[in-house]
Amino acid sequence: MSQAMLSVRNLITEFETDEGRVRAVDNISFEVNAGETLGIVGESGCGKSVTAQSIMRLLPQPMGQIVGGEILFQGRDLVSLSVAEMQKVRGARIGMVFQEPMTALNPVHTIGRQLTEVLLIHKPITKDQAIREAIVMLDKVGIPSPDIRMTEYPHQLSGGMRQRVVIAMALACQPSLLIADEPTTALDVTIQAQILELIKELQTHMGMAVMLITHDLGVIAETCSSVVVMYAGKVAEKGSVYDVFDRPTHPYTRGLLESIPRLDTPPKSKLTIIPGMVPGLLDLPQGCRFENRCRYRKDSCTVASPPIETVEPGHEVSCYEWRDLKANESKIDVVTGGGDSITFKMSAVA
Amino acid sequence: MSVIPLDTSSVSPLLQVRDLKMHFPVKEGVFMRTGKFNKAVDGVSINIMPGETLGLVGESGCGKSTLGRCIARLYQPTSGTVEFGGTDISRLGRRALMPFRRDIQMIFQDPMESLNSRHTVGQILEEPFIVQNIGDKQFRQTRVKELLNVVGLPARSVTRYPFEFSGGQRQRIGIARSIALNPKLIICDEPVSALDVSIQSQILNLLIELQKEFNLSYLFIAHDLAVVKHISDRIAIMYLGKIVETGDGESIYRTARHPYTQSLISAIPVPDPHHKSHRQVLVGDVPSPINPPSGCAFHTRCPKVMDVCRTVTPVLSDDRQPVSCHLYPS
Repeated sequence: MSQAMLSVRNLITEFETDEGRVRAVDNISFEVNAGETLGIVGESGCGKSVTAQSIMRLLPQPMGQIVGGEILFQGRDLVSLSVAEMQKVRGARIGMVFQEPMTALNPVHTIGRQLTEVLLIHKPITKDQAIREAIVMLDKVGIPSPDIRMTEYPHQLSGGMRQRVVIAMALACQPSLLIADEPTTALDVTIQAQILELIKELQTHMGMAVMLITHDLGVIAETCSSVVVMYAGKVAEKGSVYDVFDRPTHPYTRGLLESIPRLDTPPKSKLTIIPGMVPGLLDLPQGCRFENRCRYRKDSCTVASPPIETVEPGHEVSCYEWRDLKANESKIDVVTGGGDSITFKMSAVA
Repeated sequence: MSVIPLDTSSVSPLLQVRDLKMHFPVKEGVFMRTGKFNKAVDGVSINIMPGETLGLVGESGCGKSTLGRCIARLYQPTSGTVEFGGTDISRLGRRALMPFRRDIQMIFQDPMESLNSRHTVGQILEEPFIVQNIGDKQFRQTRVKELLNVVGLPARSVTRYPFEFSGGQRQRIGIARSIALNPKLIICDEPVSALDVSIQSQILNLLIELQKEFNLSYLFIAHDLAVVKHISDRIAIMYLGKIVETGDGESIYRTARHPYTQSLISAIPVPDPHHKSHRQVLVGDVPSPINPPSGCAFHTRCPKVMDVCRTVTPVLSDDRQPVSCHLYPS
């Protein structure tokens, strides 16, 4: 097999907080190949954004630190690079798109100035060339009349247009890897569709690897070839989208897939829920992190964290019970609304 | 299936909105003169039956929240009527509105911003009773405990502050407050949009259970069509201040008529990798409601635009699945 574009191995990232040290990312590994789109999915606080920040070495300083593992980008370990070396990688060979395009752009500089800045820093070109290239780039991301837009400020653009500008900036230097952290979460569905199509199109065009971080399983299913499901800082399950969506093996993945209302579920039917909520990083369960919300929990789950095991080639899961669950596949009945029983007893309002 | 078709002939609607308009003045220039108007809601008519959920879907800036706020009378509409249980409340003053405030409640998107952070949960839930002057202290405290139980929060929450709760729990507090006075209609303005996937389903289940138990009517405002379809009996699609299509959830999804509805549905990412998307990607953005396009407001983005659309404003048809589009001449 050829070398992966990005290979994250046993990454551990910790944060120093007032209440103590927390491990936001705990021993996660995954790979992204050229031309491939990897999705990272999970709920807030699961460590998906911290993973992206670790790869870009953009962790909040001095609280955030990578304390273990390696991040191999084109064979080079990014963890050991100096700040100056990292600056040459960031923006030039790894592009990044953030959730909120208004905060990613500088409000007091024109679009043109921000876009040419990227080019001038990373490429040996003149200002005129940079302006020409920037206009080409804006045109590529589907911004109408790009030469006029160059002289405008971020507030003059709509949310969707701003996100296109951010994508243009991220791709200006033809990076080999694009990291998109919730790129469409702040946008309307019709605009989300535009942006996702755009990223797909540019990827086939430029052959780059894409790492897409989102909480939306629909976005993952439509745009990614493989997916990592994260829960409380750990990888719960990973595999190709077909592995994970067709044969979800971790109880958390199953719960997530069952709990989202779909267009074809009967209206007002009871949705399957995952009871409780994501544990805080300061008081994580001793054993499996999902143990306190899991409907298949056994006493043994509370002792130690389950190892990552291979279900089938390329499909891995971190759960003690996965073999039993798989064997009993047909017998598993969907538990609806567990742990959320409500007793209705109300006195009348006078 | 649990959907019982509502017999519209015998029951009279709980809420009847007729030709509602909300135009916000836009102040311009050195003298802050009102030159233009932001036509956030521009001639909307909807009905809600007792016990029914009407889903209201649209993109940001389409006026769906403004419509909800006009019905809850947080805004005084520019024109049109809001009939609640037979009384037009659109022009009522503060005092005359008081009894209706009990019957119409709201749940907001961000429970952190809609709960007073300096009040305990007990104080927050007691306030509606104090404002409406209902019961003595002891009655109120029993009610608060009952409310917490109904929304699935422990009784000890009474002395806690909103920041001590997670997003999902805070939304439960918001829901408890909204049902405190046994209202008839609750305006739910994006109640699950800020929540995580696994929490979202908990809250949707709760809302559905409460509706059955207390025969509540909901106006459920959201941009996520899958969520809206799950909870609604009927759905209204809004674009630039106007309703462009209404119908029951199933027919909106299966036989959407308006090109905008069709592209909205096709734009939803389906959580199934085998699903082949036949996506109609809409070009461009939603135009500004201050200066809406002539004719049909959607003509600037419509894949099926015709000449007539640019000049003539379509009206909502009068059939089973009303649509406002020139493709369906009545």
